[in-house]
Amino acid sequence: MSEPIRVLYFAWLRERVGVAQEELALPEGVGTVAALVDYLAARDARHAAAFRDGRTVRCAVNQEFADLSSAVQPGDEVGFFPPVTGG
Amino acid sequence: MSHIKVQTEDFDIGAEIAALTAGRTDIGGIGCFIGTVRADANGAASAVIGMTLEQYPGMTERAIGKIADEAAERWPLLGCTVIHRVGPLRPGENIVLVIAASSHRQAALDATAFLIDWLKTKAPFWKREDFADGNGAWVDAREADDAAASRWS
Repeated sequence: MSEPIRVLYFAWLRERVGVAQEELALPEGVGTVAALVDYLAARDARHAAAFRDGRTVRCAVNQEFADLSSAVQPGDEVGFFPPVTGG
Repeated sequence: MSHIKVQTEDFDIGAEIAALTAGRTDIGGIGCFIGTVRADANGAASAVIGMTLEQYPGMTERAIGKIADEAAERWPLLGCTVIHRVGPLRPGENIVLVIAASSHRQAALDATAFLIDWLKTKAPFWKREDFADGNGAWVDAREADDAAASRWS
């Protein structure tokens, strides 16, 4: 059994999903952020709502900004969030 | 060389400048930017009575560190401080402090502007505003911030 991945949600993505983070086994055939988003969005209504407007979702893999084509491997930490608004 | 902190408590601007310059005689100019909470939200009908800053713990420090490293590559900096607050804040309160020190003013001023412009678009913070009418909303990213950040690329 390979290491699980940790998925973190921030701001309104966290509110829509209903949890700040979750651990899951990387499903067979999921090797990119895009594939992970498709997998998560198909899980339930909450995840579907969070990823409904994909253009406003940004991501990070292992705390580095990433994009839909970025690789995801067992043990990775993947964060999903809206465009940043600090400062 | 850079001092980076993410904290809930307020910061003391004088103390931070004193810490940056302590024992040094090579600094000739210090740039400083302080971002504060405004009560008039962009386009909102109701006044802002509070704001909550959320962050991605761990990634925020890394992201700010990279921005500070980039500033140090572009300008001959002698020191830099970035402090960003998180948690609940009220109008008038401080949100962020950026200080950049160099031997001359232009580098200090330009690096200060660069640091805040990049921080606004490349550090994982999110603002949620609470309005006087009881509603609340996550602040949308602004195109003006992207434009400000892109002028340094």
